[in-house]
Amino acid sequence: MAVAETVQAPRGRRPLSSARLKRYLAGYLFISPGILGFVIFTAYPMLFSAVVSFTKYNLLSPPSFIGAANYDRMINDKLFYTALYNTAYYTFIGVPLQIALALLLALALNQKLRGINIFRTLFYLPTVTPAVASVILFMYMYNPDYGFFNYVINLFNGPRIDWLGDPSWVKPAFIIMSFWGVGGQMVIFLAGLQSVPLTLQEAASIDGAGVIRRFWHVTVPMITPVIFFNLVLGIIGSFQVFTVAFIATGGGPINSTLFYVLWLYQHAFEFLRMGYASTLGWVLLAIVMFFTAINFLVGRSWVYYEGATN
Amino acid sequence: MGLATAAKTDAIAGSSRKHERGHFLRLGLVRLTDYAILIFIGGVSSVPLIWMTSTSLKETGREFVFPPQIIPDPIVWLNYRDVWSVTHMHQFGLNSILVAVFATIGTVLTCSLVAFGFARIDFPAKNSLFFLLISTLMLPGIITLVPTFVLFRLMGLINNPLALIVPWWFGGGAFGAAFYVFLMRQFMLQLPRELDEAALADGATYFRIYWNIILPLSGPALATSAIFSILHHWNDFLAPLIFINSERWRTMALALRFFLEDETSHGAGGGRWNLLMASAVLMLIPILVLFFSLQKYFIRGIAFTGLAGR
Repeated sequence: MAVAETVQAPRGRRPLSSARLKRYLAGYLFISPGILGFVIFTAYPMLFSAVVSFTKYNLLSPPSFIGAANYDRMINDKLFYTALYNTAYYTFIGVPLQIALALLLALALNQKLRGINIFRTLFYLPTVTPAVASVILFMYMYNPDYGFFNYVINLFNGPRIDWLGDPSWVKPAFIIMSFWGVGGQMVIFLAGLQSVPLTLQEAASIDGAGVIRRFWHVTVPMITPVIFFNLVLGIIGSFQVFTVAFIATGGGPINSTLFYVLWLYQHAFEFLRMGYASTLGWVLLAIVMFFTAINFLVGRSWVYYEGATN
Repeated sequence: MGLATAAKTDAIAGSSRKHERGHFLRLGLVRLTDYAILIFIGGVSSVPLIWMTSTSLKETGREFVFPPQIIPDPIVWLNYRDVWSVTHMHQFGLNSILVAVFATIGTVLTCSLVAFGFARIDFPAKNSLFFLLISTLMLPGIITLVPTFVLFRLMGLINNPLALIVPWWFGGGAFGAAFYVFLMRQFMLQLPRELDEAALADGATYFRIYWNIILPLSGPALATSAIFSILHHWNDFLAPLIFINSERWRTMALALRFFLEDETSHGAGGGRWNLLMASAVLMLIPILVLFFSLQKYFIRGIAFTGLAGR
């Protein structure tokens, strides 16, 4: 309670009234489930994995301390770089395309047309589809012999593509699949577009700006915070890609879809290398934090915040 | 040029009827192309779900016909009965419902407590504690899942549906549930502060204010949270994959993956896609019912918090 009192010090050192004490107590009681949960399911696991990352631990015998051997091993592990490369490929090619697509869809939907809500629903629907169900569906649609994609390509006399069996096609195939789920980002863009004041558009229009110039010079600058938001969350989410590769390819062919989290999962639950998996987990956290920080640093120079002075 | 000047003189003359007619004609054409674009993209984005449904009704063997039939001939409704008997779908469905319902009750109850504490009561270190809780949203799930697995294994919770439920009774401290605290807190912040003050003056306890005043007024935020929570647990794959390894407690998402494995391990042909698609449709139907009956909460929730697809 002494701590509580010093925090309140600026208002003058009054003795803690019983009403205030009651209020503090009530506040802490109300948030206690969350704090307890944070300790059990976040703080403890992170501490645990930090310690275990310096051990060899297979769940069956107690962990034995091996110093930084896991980190050494990781730096010399070829698959570490393969997993990083695959994940980076999927993220840095996939996410910008997803964002561009989501923005285009949002623009198409941001009109006062009759029945527009039907289209909004239609584009949002795929995002509520269970990931497992959509992966199985796309496995079928990607089948080289009787799948939908090759059927369409065949209509245009294109080549037969072994989407999930050819190492050079499987990552693009996964990226195409990810387009099906841009509905969430689209809805966020839509909300952003609807907050762009019409007066700005009209003013630009009176000044003689066409549709394309209005888009680049009015709409885009106004929604940079939304683009930025989608970009940050998109990168963080995409770096954790797991389900699609786990189900459709198991990391193959020739490790071309061995994504970072899939690889981590294999070490933890298939090879029972908890120590090494924890090392990989901490490196993943560092990577995610790195990209978040970069985004925020770079974002400062191109994101426009209304009312902020530069 | 000519048109513009003509319009101008018309307008000056006070008769702009000619200009207006041209305007309407152009507007109609724009509308038509808008609809054409929307229908085209709408068509493309609904292909997968149409494909899923169509395949689920095909006779075994017809899934492999090339070029594929879009309207199956014959239509085999019995696939749905078959998939029910082949896969113990009812058991997995019940497991999924059990997990989704009890995890959601826990989420709504405990997260609303925590949100109330953060939104309506002032106490020392409130903002830092809130920031701490919210920062868990940036944490890649796999990092805490691995140590939590070790913990649950010690507690004998592996293969127990409690492993999928208990973490959600901790007010946003686990696995990104802080999202719901954030959502509810934002909503509760908007309610007038006088409500609490009047009740406090009348001698009400904080719990009474929470239970009798704030909670009933927070309906939309609770509904949005409940919907997102149900959707999350119904679709979640990673947590059941890690915590459940007996058939008895498999959720539908997990069961679908095992069904896929059974089917595709037959080698050649690649499994009965019609039955696989039928089970995917069965898994999707409850979600679609939920989505269409409570659509406004879905869209509002995403637009409101900006966090989608969790």
